[in-house]
Amino acid sequence: MESISSQPHKNFSDMISDWLKTAVGRIIASICALLVMVIVLYGGFIFLRDTDLPQPLMIIIAILWGVGGAALDYYLTNFVVEMLPGEWPRRLQPFVFVGPAVFLMAWALAIPTVRTLALSFFDANSINFVGFRNYVFAFTDRIMLEAFRNNLLWLVVGTSFCVSFGLLIAVLANRTRLESLYKSLIFMPQAISFVGAGVIWKFIYAYRGSGTGLPEIGLLNAIVVALGGTAQPWLQLFPWNNLFLIVIFIWMQTGYAMVILSSAIKDVPAELEEAARIDGATEVQVFFHIVIPYIQGTLITVSTTIVIFSLKLFDIVRVMTGGNYGTNVIANEFYLERFTYGQAGRASAIAIVLLILVIPVIVYNLRQFRESKAF
Amino acid sequence: MINGVLILICTIWIVPALGILITSFRDSQDIFRTGWWTVFPHQEYVVSGQIHVDPNTDLNGPIAIRGVPGKYTFEQLKEGVTLSDGRKLIWYGNKRTRLIEVSTLQWVGFSTRFTLKNYQDVLSDKTVNYKDANGNNIVRQGDNLSGAFLNSLAVTIPATVIPILIAAFAAFGFAWLKFRGRKFLFSIVVMLLVVPLQIALIPIVQDYTRLDLNGSFLGIWLAHTGFGLPLAVYLLFNYISQLPREILESAYIDGASNFTIFTQLILPLSVPALASFAIFQFMWVWNDYLVALVFLGNHHTVLTVALANMVGEKGQDWHLLTAGAFISMIMPMTVFFALQRYFVRGMTAGSVKG
Repeated sequence: MESISSQPHKNFSDMISDWLKTAVGRIIASICALLVMVIVLYGGFIFLRDTDLPQPLMIIIAILWGVGGAALDYYLTNFVVEMLPGEWPRRLQPFVFVGPAVFLMAWALAIPTVRTLALSFFDANSINFVGFRNYVFAFTDRIMLEAFRNNLLWLVVGTSFCVSFGLLIAVLANRTRLESLYKSLIFMPQAISFVGAGVIWKFIYAYRGSGTGLPEIGLLNAIVVALGGTAQPWLQLFPWNNLFLIVIFIWMQTGYAMVILSSAIKDVPAELEEAARIDGATEVQVFFHIVIPYIQGTLITVSTTIVIFSLKLFDIVRVMTGGNYGTNVIANEFYLERFTYGQAGRASAIAIVLLILVIPVIVYNLRQFRESKAF
Repeated sequence: MINGVLILICTIWIVPALGILITSFRDSQDIFRTGWWTVFPHQEYVVSGQIHVDPNTDLNGPIAIRGVPGKYTFEQLKEGVTLSDGRKLIWYGNKRTRLIEVSTLQWVGFSTRFTLKNYQDVLSDKTVNYKDANGNNIVRQGDNLSGAFLNSLAVTIPATVIPILIAAFAAFGFAWLKFRGRKFLFSIVVMLLVVPLQIALIPIVQDYTRLDLNGSFLGIWLAHTGFGLPLAVYLLFNYISQLPREILESAYIDGASNFTIFTQLILPLSVPALASFAIFQFMWVWNDYLVALVFLGNHHTVLTVALANMVGEKGQDWHLLTAGAFISMIMPMTVFFALQRYFVRGMTAGSVKG
């Protein structure tokens, strides 16, 4: 007969796991876990807010707190949830995973949308209710109307040129061997900040004028003078200055359009193009009747993205002209209203107007998402 | 032929950046006197001799010059007179110098007058001086871009790293865990992808005033984390939901919990997508101007804000502006060229940062 093996001597971890199986044990452990979490997160928060440490040290602590704190939070909340009885673990665990992200996104974006909407109905200091007065301002003020008109110009000219150039370069580069080199160079301006691009192009548009006896150092004026014209202060000449600013936008965003469209073009099945060519279609016909319809979805996506970009555009206008000389745009007016003039109500109304302009794209994206059967 | 067109387009494309690169290395006096393209070989008028005007000649009327046919007034000579034999005569100085410079058109090779002084000046926070077009010495306060550079790093690194873990957990939850409200919550994420930032700024500034976070690094880290999460969750969701189901199934069969599956299986497998997002977020935060302006202002200037300030205050100091612009570009450019592949992959995966 086999001897029944005696129970092995219980070590510490066995005792803990036994204790954790009791209700009391679970409750106490949960409370401890949550306490630890709160202390770490809150303590780190206060510390980082008020600290005066040198930057390298501060960066490290911030990363430790942010990543470590998040990891701790996930581990501990998961721990607590898994100890709950019955169906609760299965129901609550997903929220362990998505909870922090949802919380942060709600605080940073979703709830502020509602709050901004509310603020838009109040006055400059958000104290008195003023109904739709801010919206009347947003839609009738002379400067706002100028901004609307400019944004429309940016939207139409900027997007169409970005997409056309991007498509053109994507198609051309597709047929060469040095493709990645060309695409890298065209794409390069995406890495620059709008402020940096502003400096670059401000230098090109630099104007000196006659009377100093010195030649023009801005490239554009130098070319104009060499061709026999007179130098101009380009950024101050309304309405052309808007176009000169849009050029900067095109310079920067074409690379994005090119990259996306390039991969879309490569996805066009070769057989389709071959069949068309065999049927006698020219390259141009193949392009317009086969390729373009095939990449329609991508074209729309890229265009809507750039449209949204142009609506939110702030940096270029602020750095180049400050919105003066008739170049103001909505996003710039938003900044001026809130942070220069102190008009919180009007600025909120402008932000809501921006949101309204973007709603068609949101609706489109949502519909695309619903149809993608990702769920 | 296609190559030719592309080369032309690419050359035009990089000319603007080339302009400031070259300018940033030129001596300030050169910058103000000649265009940056003169660095390249070109023809220009080079002084080859001088003519002294006779002390007795009357300068108020047409002046006769030895060896030169015809007469020219003082005003004409001041502007510069080009003779038919190719020589150019320019009066030097005022009427008392009575000196005319003779120049001829010659080929000039690559300029070698380059200097690092502009970079030194723009990085320091002490007073600096430089020469303008006429050789006058001008004194300015240094822009302390080295401090701004560190501030940019201090803002960007945590703002890039912190969202990663949070988004990864959420993406896994959306992709593989079933729960009520999953589709609804994720639809909100999709909507938040294109919401303009301006919508969020005023309420968050209000919150920060109450929490005493305005002008602090912690404030901008939290803001950038919040702003970056929709994109991060979306990107990672797309990636994780394309991982083969069998991996998860076999792990479940082996008795692993969701938590361990995520930390030990999904997270390591998601590194390419995490890298793509990290690069994207890094570039976006580094180049950001609006959020930094609103939440940090001049309390802790980052590079973009410092550069924008320079444009406003020293708009004509091209030697400083170009060097400053280039310093702000060095980091993202390096990241871009070194890690292009991930960047492009992130874009084609649907990342769209507004």
